[in-house]
Amino acid sequence: MIEVNRKGEVWVFAEQHNGQLEDTPIELMSKARHLADILGVQLAAAVLGDNVKELAGKMIHYGADKVYLVEDPLLGEYQTNSYAKVMYDLIHKYEPQIVLYGATTAGRDLAPRIASATKAGLTADCTDLQIGDHETVKDKRVHKNLLFQIRPAFGGNIVATIINLDRWPQMATVREGVMPMPEADTKRSGKIIEEKVELSRQDLPLEILGEHKRPKKVDLKASRIIVAGGAGVGSKDNFKLIWDLANCLGAAPAATRAAVDLGFIDHDHQVGQTGTTVRPSLYIAVGISGAIQHQAGMSQSQKIVAINNDPDAPILNIAHYKIVGDLNEVVPIMIKSIKEKGIKD
Amino acid sequence: MGYNCVVLIKQVPDTKRITGDVMNDDGTVKRSALPAIFNPEDLNALELALEIKDRFGGHITVIAMGLPAASAILRDSLFRGADEAILVTDRRCAASDTLATSYILSCAVKKLDYDIVLCGRQAIDGDTAQVGPQLAEKLGVTQITYVEELIKLDGRTITAQRNIGNGWQQVKAELPVLVTIMGDANSPRVAAAKKMMKYKKALTPIEVEQKIKAENPEAGEADIKELAEHKCDKLVEQGLLIKQWDLDVLEADLNWCGQSGSPTKVHRIQSVVLAAKESKEVEPNDKGISDMIHELIEEKTIA
Repeated sequence: MIEVNRKGEVWVFAEQHNGQLEDTPIELMSKARHLADILGVQLAAAVLGDNVKELAGKMIHYGADKVYLVEDPLLGEYQTNSYAKVMYDLIHKYEPQIVLYGATTAGRDLAPRIASATKAGLTADCTDLQIGDHETVKDKRVHKNLLFQIRPAFGGNIVATIINLDRWPQMATVREGVMPMPEADTKRSGKIIEEKVELSRQDLPLEILGEHKRPKKVDLKASRIIVAGGAGVGSKDNFKLIWDLANCLGAAPAATRAAVDLGFIDHDHQVGQTGTTVRPSLYIAVGISGAIQHQAGMSQSQKIVAINNDPDAPILNIAHYKIVGDLNEVVPIMIKSIKEKGIKD
Repeated sequence: MGYNCVVLIKQVPDTKRITGDVMNDDGTVKRSALPAIFNPEDLNALELALEIKDRFGGHITVIAMGLPAASAILRDSLFRGADEAILVTDRRCAASDTLATSYILSCAVKKLDYDIVLCGRQAIDGDTAQVGPQLAEKLGVTQITYVEELIKLDGRTITAQRNIGNGWQQVKAELPVLVTIMGDANSPRVAAAKKMMKYKKALTPIEVEQKIKAENPEAGEADIKELAEHKCDKLVEQGLLIKQWDLDVLEADLNWCGQSGSPTKVHRIQSVVLAAKESKEVEPNDKGISDMIHELIEEKTIA
């Protein structure tokens, strides 16, 4: 680990694949900028890859004061060991106080490996990040300006604020959509620091034989209206109600983790702490109880309609329109009403 | 040929049934107060180890770090086909975060011969997916995360298919490796009746002592100890003693265990009340719903 370094920078790991930046690290930039400003330190991005200098410029447009750029043909494809080695060296050379990663497949593969190697603390799937003070119970010592790593926990009944007193850097992963995408300011300038790390074939123990990414079935973040179904919908067949309601509104169909786990619909449609975070104009929650991890993914929707036959369902507490009733009766009535008023698909 | 597989398993609170009564003031959970289950993705990890043993032969050791009650999932593993079960238990493990946990587990795994270490992708209580990769780093082995399918095992080479979000990736690596397994990788087999008959008598030393005490309420401490040792010896002969290792047996550095070994700490726990500013109750009938749709159209929420 590194010593507590009050002058340490705030870093974002700028994950990229095939020369394209992932969304999540960009989304992290606005919050990271905010944290850096509170702490009075610089914001930097770490860009690793082969032939990715252009991405360094982009991270500056999104708010970085500096970019640590490490280019090497051996970094052309993401692999745990090579990327962890580079980040380890950068962290020990420059001693940032905070390092943030997108909680993507690669992020969740990489960040814990780095945390273990640096013996630093790491909190996964944060839904918010703040700066605050902590007083230790035993000796009444006050630790100022720590990174508060906030996430739902234990079945969603609580929200935990996690801190890392002195096993720095303070590291956290954040899921897609939790932070809003910042605007790029092409007039922004910053410093690009090119670094070299010794890498060899030994650092690439995986041979990547093949890869296939299919485009996402649905773009939830871009949808203005979302109709989401939960376990209460009951079956994959009955999920047709969700599709029908979504179609007549020109909306995207979505689901809770419970519904996805039950096989009602594909994971691409999952909203929540471990799915996508959305902020549509209208979110219709059908047969969703409203566990905190789900609320974390949709509570910022402008208008929320919730349908549940349990009057105590937590989702009703955050709904603008509460309908306590049987979704199998309510949804068809909604569809009929919408069609009658001549809403176009 | 045969492969030595080590499977890490965890007994977790059934997170669908938690209430505020089971939280300590410092934000940690009173694990002993909750209904506990076999972490689901660890069952998938065990199943993959069993499939490897079915095809290639070898030996499966299952390790659980936890409270003495975790012996239940170790027995369950034996019922399903594991060869050996080890409980890592010690009060000084309490409040370990993922870093401390992976350190303690690495001390245990290092005492064994292994070709493949298998873990579930993540546990349903922490949901971090951090222990697998951190354990791999401490063992100094290659990690293959999000494994959905074992494609090939050929001598010292493993080929696996990973789930990389909206797609897959096939990778090849040399053993030893650590793999983390996804919940949809396979369907865990049920316990075999014959194995249940045999292994339901498997006990940890703590359980043996509790049993002897219960059977001999009048006996003194020295007698209990002697009877317990005798019983444990018998169980060893029958292959029915679940090994029990504490931090001293693991030769673990206590600075890296428990709360002192955990960089992350809980600052605060809050129950969340997110309330909408203005909300309307809508009657679940034609009129109520029609009025609501009308309002949403008027304010252009629905266009």
